[in-house]
Amino acid sequence: MNKQILIAGFGGQGILFSGKFLAYEGLIDNKEVSWLPSYGPEMRGGTANCSIILSDTKIGSPIVDNPDILIAMNAPSLDKYENAVTAGGEIYIDSSLIEKKVNRNDVNAYYIPATKLASDNGLSGLANIIMIGLMIKKSGIVPCENIEKAMKKVVSAKRPELFELNIRAIELGYNYEEA
Amino acid sequence: MGEKVLMKGNEAMAEAAIMAGCHHYFGYPITPQTEVAAYMSKRLPKIDGGVFLQAESEIAAINMVIGVASTGKRVMTSSSSPGISLKSEGISYLAGCDLPALIVNVQRGGPGLGGIQPSQSDYFQATRGSGHGDYHMIVLAPASVQEMVNLTFKGFDLADKYRMTSMILADGTMGQMMEPVSLELGEVKNYDKSWALTGTKLERKPNIVNSLFLKPDELEVFNFNRFDRYKTIEENEVMYEEYKMEDAEICIVAFGVAARVSQNAIDAARAKGIKVGMIRPITLWPFPKKPLLAAADKVKAFVSVELNMGQMKEDIELATRCKKPVLLANRTGGMIPTVENILAKIDEADKI
Repeated sequence: MNKQILIAGFGGQGILFSGKFLAYEGLIDNKEVSWLPSYGPEMRGGTANCSIILSDTKIGSPIVDNPDILIAMNAPSLDKYENAVTAGGEIYIDSSLIEKKVNRNDVNAYYIPATKLASDNGLSGLANIIMIGLMIKKSGIVPCENIEKAMKKVVSAKRPELFELNIRAIELGYNYEEA
Repeated sequence: MGEKVLMKGNEAMAEAAIMAGCHHYFGYPITPQTEVAAYMSKRLPKIDGGVFLQAESEIAAINMVIGVASTGKRVMTSSSSPGISLKSEGISYLAGCDLPALIVNVQRGGPGLGGIQPSQSDYFQATRGSGHGDYHMIVLAPASVQEMVNLTFKGFDLADKYRMTSMILADGTMGQMMEPVSLELGEVKNYDKSWALTGTKLERKPNIVNSLFLKPDELEVFNFNRFDRYKTIEENEVMYEEYKMEDAEICIVAFGVAARVSQNAIDAARAKGIKVGMIRPITLWPFPKKPLLAAADKVKAFVSVELNMGQMKEDIELATRCKKPVLLANRTGGMIPTVENILAKIDEADKI
């Protein structure tokens, strides 16, 4: 198994944080993992993205050019990476921020109004984690029983209240049914 | 082995330095290595005798390194390409004084201020010494976060062992990426530092640390002795890794992130039936000349994969005495060669 994941959106949407959570999921699941952020001015308001690889074997390049899974948190990211997704891959779209649909027939597209769900449920700022919840459910790339363990690794010990909120966000995404 | 943790290359390297007994850090912020300084600023003040100091410039920082190194304590500075140019005068002085220190260059695109994306275009600068004069640094090129850790630890050891500077030559990718790392590094070896400036307490003759020798015959002896040491290093300290070289007809040579991308390209080429392998230099100085020369008798061509205009290619040609053609798969300016870029060169090499 070698899964290449790209999470892309605006700086400030928690792109890197959600990537780190996934990387820990992989680590706990005894996978080889790599996490590579875009860095520099991009992180401060421009587009930010994060390459994550989970693999059974030693990882070569940490750069994800052709993701098996794309999580798009804004329209420019979908425009930029839609065609890079591998055939048979998955695209997760925050439909409260992206109005358009995926143009390809050879990928599975999942639409979830994550930003709206977050604000409706008092989880503002956690749309990223809602997206991850849905992705874990649909892709099955990491076992769901490790979610709490991985979340403990990434949420600061100084802010334990965030742990519960993040878990709620994951569950919201995980249990989401498309209309 | 202890539990592995996910760490950024820059932070893992900083922690490894502390574990190697480096409790003095002097630096000046520059992307993409600022996390090293940030990490040190949190950790070192909590260590008894630890000093973190953000200097007023790169030049000030390297001169502070010279000061601490003179006392025999482990010390480091880190920067990125333009900052290393500024430090190069001090690096030459460290060499002239035979002082051990660790210098980190998390490279970005150049020349000039260049950009902030990953690069390997300081290869010449690092392997030829950086500043003026006849000297070398031990240059270590990590290709994973674990190697950022291990080579930092090793770099301090080699610096003390041979009384010279070690350089970690990383790139923005290695500094910024996270991978699982183990921080079990073993014991720190202690070396004789009777040369250090520690205060005579009126019990011994003063030691002198100096790089000024106005009598040319005296200076020549120092340089000869230094190069005798370099010879020992070239014989004993070369590090490299082979990947699928057993039956290879084409040999890729790559270090750092270029080696990581090359691994994917090699697997893709082998899936097409082309026998490709890789020799990955871990020490760029001393350069793995012997394994490359040996490979030249087995393969039909080399492909140098670099994030610059082909600087290491020249060392491959020298090491292999131009016995076989050396092709170049490269990107520059902060771009990273893609698997397709490398495969195209492998195809070209396969037609030779």
